[in-house]
Amino acid sequence: MMFAAAALALLVALALALARAIGGPTVFDRALAGNSIGTLAMLMLAVIGFLTGRPDFLDLAILYGLLNLVGTIAVLKFFRYGNLGDPGEGGAGR
Amino acid sequence: MSALLDVLSWALILAGGAFCIIGALGLVRLREFYARTHAASVIDSAGAGLLLLGLVLQAGWTLAAVKLAMIALLIFFGTPTATHALANAALARGLPLQAPREERPSKR
Repeated sequence: MMFAAAALALLVALALALARAIGGPTVFDRALAGNSIGTLAMLMLAVIGFLTGRPDFLDLAILYGLLNLVGTIAVLKFFRYGNLGDPGEGGAGR
Repeated sequence: MSALLDVLSWALILAGGAFCIIGALGLVRLREFYARTHAASVIDSAGAGLLLLGLVLQAGWTLAAVKLAMIALLIFFGTPTATHALANAALARGLPLQAPREERPSKR
């Protein structure tokens, strides 16, 4: 019962963050909303694992969190340099 | 003891869900990008922290609690890094720090 309430709250929060991701005026708004959606999806996976009595979902939440962090940084680097493999305009070591 | 833990985890989980909704509302309602990063941090710190703490209380001393702690560590170290990189990239791109005044009434 309490897990269902938490899942409902997370669904509402996900819908609001999705609205910002769709309507965000700049690309940074979209990236920020995407990051928040990733965090909320991790929490959602954890809650669903408890809701259905299967704690294996927590592994999926960990994996999703790792991918979310790397994905956000990769998107930022792509929009800054236009290239993921380029060391950037600051020279080596960036 | 068990009923006490149940009530405590109820309160923590409900508070976490409420903070998630508050943060998402701020993400939609706030006016400029840098203010929205503040609202997103509410989700990452208060919402996720309280929710995961409530889930840990519900899980007890099991492997699930360890995994929840790993998720909490990931969120607490990962999302501030991502938000800082985001704000830094926006600043480097030249996103203005304050929205123009005349746009205020037209924004939701």
